[in-house]
Amino acid sequence: MAKVRGTGIAAVNYPTGMNLGGDPSQALIHATTTGSFVISLSSTDLGQGLKTVIAQIGAETLGVPFDTVWIDTGDTDTGPHCMGTFASRATHRVGNAVVQAAQEARKTLMEVAADELEANPDDLETDGEGNIRVKGSPDRSVAIVNVALAAHFKYGKTISGRGIYSKPKSGVDPDTGKMDPDSTEAHACTVAEVEVDTETGMVTVLSLKSAYEIGRQVNPELVRSQIGGGSFMGMAHALYETTAPYYPAIDHAPTDFSEYLVPGPAEAPETESVVLEYPSSTGPYGVKGLGEMTANSPIPAIVNAINHALGVRITDLPVTPEKVLRALEEKATAH
Amino acid sequence: MTVQDLKVVGQSVLRRDGLGHVTGKTLFVEDRSFPDMLHLKMVRSPLPHARIRSMDFSAAENVPGFVRALTYKDVPKNIYTILCLIGVGPDEEPVLAEDKVLYVDQPIAAVIAETEAAAMEAVSKVRLDLEELPAVLDVEEALEPGAPILKDWGTNYFIYDYEHGQSNKCRKVRLGDVEKGFAEADLIVEGRYQTSPIEHAPSETTICIAKPEADGRLTVYTNTQALYFSLDNTALILEIPFQKLHFVGGTVGGGFGGKVDVITEPIACLAAMKTGRPVKYKFSREEEMRASSSRGAWRMYYKDGVMRDGRIVARQVTSYADAGAYNRHTPYAVTKHAANVAGPYRIPNVRIDAHCVYTNRQPGSAMRGFGVTPASFALEVQMDKIAEAVGLDPWSIRFINAYRDGDMKPHQKVVEDATLIEVMQAAAEMVGHDLPAEFKKMSSRESEEGSDG
Amino acid sequence: MASTIVSFTLNGREVEVIAKPLVTLQTVLREQLGYTATKSGCKKGGCGSCTVLLNGDPVMSCLLPVADIAGQEVVTLEGITPVDGLHPIQTTFYEKFAIQCGFCTPGMILVAKALLDRNPHPSAEEIADALSGNYCRCTGYTPIVRAVQHAAQQMATD
Repeated sequence: MAKVRGTGIAAVNYPTGMNLGGDPSQALIHATTTGSFVISLSSTDLGQGLKTVIAQIGAETLGVPFDTVWIDTGDTDTGPHCMGTFASRATHRVGNAVVQAAQEARKTLMEVAADELEANPDDLETDGEGNIRVKGSPDRSVAIVNVALAAHFKYGKTISGRGIYSKPKSGVDPDTGKMDPDSTEAHACTVAEVEVDTETGMVTVLSLKSAYEIGRQVNPELVRSQIGGGSFMGMAHALYETTAPYYPAIDHAPTDFSEYLVPGPAEAPETESVVLEYPSSTGPYGVKGLGEMTANSPIPAIVNAINHALGVRITDLPVTPEKVLRALEEKATAH
Repeated sequence: MTVQDLKVVGQSVLRRDGLGHVTGKTLFVEDRSFPDMLHLKMVRSPLPHARIRSMDFSAAENVPGFVRALTYKDVPKNIYTILCLIGVGPDEEPVLAEDKVLYVDQPIAAVIAETEAAAMEAVSKVRLDLEELPAVLDVEEALEPGAPILKDWGTNYFIYDYEHGQSNKCRKVRLGDVEKGFAEADLIVEGRYQTSPIEHAPSETTICIAKPEADGRLTVYTNTQALYFSLDNTALILEIPFQKLHFVGGTVGGGFGGKVDVITEPIACLAAMKTGRPVKYKFSREEEMRASSSRGAWRMYYKDGVMRDGRIVARQVTSYADAGAYNRHTPYAVTKHAANVAGPYRIPNVRIDAHCVYTNRQPGSAMRGFGVTPASFALEVQMDKIAEAVGLDPWSIRFINAYRDGDMKPHQKVVEDATLIEVMQAAAEMVGHDLPAEFKKMSSRESEEGSDG
Repeated sequence: MASTIVSFTLNGREVEVIAKPLVTLQTVLREQLGYTATKSGCKKGGCGSCTVLLNGDPVMSCLLPVADIAGQEVVTLEGITPVDGLHPIQTTFYEKFAIQCGFCTPGMILVAKALLDRNPHPSAEEIADALSGNYCRCTGYTPIVRAVQHAAQQMATD
């Protein structure tokens, strides 16, 4: 029995947005008279934290504290159209729509504040803490809640905004495949270290070390969550998961978790990651989509590491113990 | 705007929904219930390919709590409109099977009952008379003459470019001249790569509750990933005005692409309309694993023309996406795959033929990385194979071929926002791999002509 | 078979339910008593999202006929959440981003509580072992294990 180690790398790109475009999202923002802002959407949070990230983008653009921005989503009667959450599109498309809406709302906000402070809107700034003040004269300031009240009751103005983002749909040339399928590209490189037991065929992923480039991190902890969850799913994809263990036969299709193999906490490898930011020209604050890419570089990195460890070339997923042992057998008989 | 100017973006603020999650107060669809709610369970095909001769509900009707059954005759427009809504078409999947079934667990009839247990019992008592037909399960066999044909238009593949008046067997991408590239190459490296179908396996299964309202509208509580997309598809199937539907959701217990097929809402709404009561349709874990869409399997053949110095001068990829029995979103994924399967590398001659093939299995659909995950797997394992063939290490082969801003992608889009070189440099540094100076100096912003590298 | 009346203690209070034969504790909690923090992920004991504490030990409520627990003590996530504030384990899950979609979270927190009540200084391996019956698809588990380690440290110093 031998345990052999191997290292493998993989470097990938991942496009942001629905292939060929045509996936618009809208956002509406209004200031309430309680000093808060409501962003109305029909977007869905799958657990990746969209509701948080969008509130951050809205708060940043408006120039107000994060805690004063509320997300009202998930209702087609109150939220404008959104294509949905998939294709790593949400932060990019919905974020852009929110930036546009927030810019419109902010313009009216500053105009009303200017009237209240008897100043020029261009001489004002938000302090990020809920106030608007004259640049250079911080004692001349007004709380945003008061601006909202004044707008509504005194000036008869609405502090609100509308936004939409859509990449126009691109066609595909039937002969050459010429097309414009995405809004930007994120990238990742993973180095995997594995240990293979040559007697049982079991593979242990010792570590996954990755560099990601995603334009701009809106919330670094949520980015880390996607990296961690995605790389684990990649490992599961590479080594364990299948709905057709004897593909293409349909036999033995799993029906529950006792049959559908997924790794658990004891199989979690050591992970380390670094995130680079090269802002894209199309994303809000330079954002690129991240959610899907995180499984993609670990999978081939792990397979390359196994192949390196054993001196074989396994090319079928998942790399089960059976496949490892067959590859070793084939290698032995070839010599 | 510099990073220093940003006050909120870039901060690790705590999740908005975090407190709800840790206290269990976050409302998921099944956490709602209504006093007169009915339960819908589906009668599903036990065979991968069969003609339906008859269905007998008499024993099912006698189960206490049975309310009614729905077959294709009850569905106003018995076709999923997923593809036509995103402009890919044609639509060919029935909501409820009419005269044949194309995969094990294909929905045939819906049974509605007072309790979940009654609905399950009634389903088990529905008698189906099926004539088994030969099944085709392998993507390449499905394209051979003599294979059982699964589609009414006479092929086992999605026809591309009909909107251009063409009838293409695959999505084609052509750049340069691969045959010329192969002739000039020092060696040819080939590889065959196969991925497996897998399940999204979210913690929360697919579910919706359709509730008739006093004003004649329907409120649909759903964990779809795409509210309007689901609303539109449902309205088209029910042949009712769009504004009659009110979709409520936004909180999903794990999506990963598995909740964009609009599979439960149309039939649950139909049941609610027919009974006048709220109807819950939830996938059991078994249904989530076997009946709901999977990530389809992909088979990819690479043929690369490589120079001894490691440059890939020609790349030919022939891919087969196993769409399973119905399109769902696979034709869209095949196009996305075709735009990415040659990889983030500068290759002057590329030929890609990407097929969307039908087989008698659970349909594949969107899953995290749709079309690109299998491509990245195949091409990155192929890169290592090339490295070995030319006697270079895995880092070198990738740096030598990495794309940069200004390069031409195989689908003739100019590369922008490239950072492949930079992530490789950062990863090498992380693991203490000392790159040669020429790779350390590389940048995605400079093309070779401009640099001194 | 007729329904029976089953009494048990739920989150410190005595409750009484009319139970059909073999109805599970999960169904009783969610559908009869309205305690929806306990989730339903598979109804086969495969995912742990239905975890509750029975006399302090984590059990799969989807496999447990409620008639079998007459007179015993059940605690759900609602029961460990104080009226004001959070249980330390809830706080660390929240602050350490050990949550994404939130569906597995109630089960994870209860298993963690049962572990720390029994073993206040568990190793990472012991935590992973305790959590091995709870499925999470989003996080990759490591943030959850780390949150439990952190909670253990916090609770030890309190």
